[in-house]
Amino acid sequence: MIPENVMNEPSWYESSARARINGLLDADSFSEILGPVDRVMSPHLALFDLPPAFDDGMIIGRGSIDGRSVAVAAQEGQFMGGTFAEVSGAKLVGLLRAVARSAGTPQAVSTVFLLLDTGGVRLQEANAGEMAVSETIRAILDVRKAGVPVVALIGGRAGAFGGGGLVTACCSHIIISEQGRISVSGPEVIETNKGVEEFDSRDRALVWRVTGGRSRVLLGGADAYVKGDIASFRKSAAQVSNSVPSFSLQTLEQEQERLEQRLQAYGGCRDTPEIWTIAGLPTPDGIADLTEDEFIRLLAKEGIRHDAR
Amino acid sequence: MEKFTIHARAKATLSGKSANAITGVVASGNLEILFERKGDSLDVTVDVMTASHGYQPVWEAVIKDFVERVSPGGMHIAIHDNGARPDTVLLRLMQGARLMEAQS
Amino acid sequence: MMPDNLISVLFPEGHSLSSGAENTLSGQARSGGKDVEVLGINNGAPLGPETAIILAGHVLEIIKSNSKAPIVFLINTASQRMTRRDEMLGLNEYLAHLAKSITLAGASGHRTISVLYGTAAAGAFIATALATQTMIAVDGAHPSVMDLPSIARVTKLPLDVLAEKAKETPVFAPGVEPLAATGAVTEIWKLSDGQCAERLSVLLADEPVSDIDTRDVLGASRGGRKVALEIAKRVEDAFLHISVSEKAG
Repeated sequence: MIPENVMNEPSWYESSARARINGLLDADSFSEILGPVDRVMSPHLALFDLPPAFDDGMIIGRGSIDGRSVAVAAQEGQFMGGTFAEVSGAKLVGLLRAVARSAGTPQAVSTVFLLLDTGGVRLQEANAGEMAVSETIRAILDVRKAGVPVVALIGGRAGAFGGGGLVTACCSHIIISEQGRISVSGPEVIETNKGVEEFDSRDRALVWRVTGGRSRVLLGGADAYVKGDIASFRKSAAQVSNSVPSFSLQTLEQEQERLEQRLQAYGGCRDTPEIWTIAGLPTPDGIADLTEDEFIRLLAKEGIRHDAR
Repeated sequence: MEKFTIHARAKATLSGKSANAITGVVASGNLEILFERKGDSLDVTVDVMTASHGYQPVWEAVIKDFVERVSPGGMHIAIHDNGARPDTVLLRLMQGARLMEAQS
Repeated sequence: MMPDNLISVLFPEGHSLSSGAENTLSGQARSGGKDVEVLGINNGAPLGPETAIILAGHVLEIIKSNSKAPIVFLINTASQRMTRRDEMLGLNEYLAHLAKSITLAGASGHRTISVLYGTAAAGAFIATALATQTMIAVDGAHPSVMDLPSIARVTKLPLDVLAEKAKETPVFAPGVEPLAATGAVTEIWKLSDGQCAERLSVLLADEPVSDIDTRDVLGASRGGRKVALEIAKRVEDAFLHISVSEKAG
């Protein structure tokens, strides 16, 4: 449910990737790299008689937020599910490599924003897509090693599934909205492979309880929670400081501990209300029913704060 | 995929300074349109690539309507269509033309 | 079950490997007179949070020991484990944590090599073998993103049509050769040819390779990814040449 007070604001979920970039960055600050006019398109879709997109569903470039220079990449979730593929992946990887290379030079950017909106690997070019995910992960970690934070913004129609879920968790900081979903196997895939009794993908409330933004941020799978309008994403993005975790042994040791503890504490649970009960949240069965403001207050009080990702 | 090019002649060139503009997304029932300004000519070219076969006459009618309404002389228009209805096509064409007419 | 044959072929100079919980194995071995750390996932087990966190813990311990010893990963997994419970617990974070740990090892001076001797698919493939600097495929290796019947379901194409298309392009077909063509698999070895131990010691003797990801170079030269390398380079060049017009601050 989108609350009434944000109904009139442009919604992240409903917007195109280009509209999200425009709303995130300072007005007219975006300069796109390999834009539609360059016609860098998938060479593989013709084999499947599918129409290509001028940008292969990946829009990349640089711009500014509150005057600070940033790099940005946005997946168009409505085109082929925002998938990682040979061209879309190479655009993202090239951008990340350039950011790592330019760190400390006049071309440097302060932050990379990844507007992920993806079902994962594009199966029509599965091997190239899988490689794109792996190369993206390595390039993200190189950017972080170079001291530049990489921030994921999750709230699109396609969510962040498959390899996109792994890419998200490799970022320094994750901003999510209620509509944002993060997972590896999607509910439909689990249902197809393991049966409806394992995961009923048509039970929307269940899907959201398991993969949705509120659960992710409560459990530590995301770091910041925003209302679903573009302005809220921009505000949160502008606030990301350089104090996000570096990519280091210390960070990963802390993450190891954090994830071990989670498994120990909640490994026996089957649904999120069981987790919230153990965690001592006041309304374990009613998290989804809270208004956005109520949830944000709850999060401020009870949410998991950590510096390990 | 079906591909064809439609040529038309406008009464005037399209005003504005934008060199190019993109509108729409290649989603099911939708399309993307790329506008590029190619000089002061009155010619309009529209390259269509569509997933729906056999609708060239419909495309020609929609383009004719659009050219009469907007007079987009000098435009090169490229379309990737994934089964958009004619009213959606016209809407996107009008959006693209508006973006091209921007003054910066 | 430990892959005894594989271990004896790769490490004839000796080893002290033992199997651990959750289908893992760990220990040390000798190769080319060097001490090598060995980790693995056995039995074609789907990769769930438990297995991922155990392996990542081993990797972080090795980095912490400061030995800079090479790490060889023996991989026989499946796909990521597909349960509602695992996804609820944040399986994406566990898999990413394993990938990050292996990548950090490579960046910290450990030579990382995976030897794939069974299946590895999708997220489990990304989190394990694809996170190492070098991937070797041996007998029994079957990497994939998704099997053809599942791809057929998603793309709504008949299986026989898909199988026919797979012959025209390595870009989506499962298996060692198509993935090698894209640059994922570095070398393909035959366990019976008597040269694997030697080859491994040669790889491990490499000076810590500069930790640059060159798999797209391999993919371009092998023809499995014809455009990725060139596009990534074009983007890099363009990015470094855009004039930076920062407003105040």
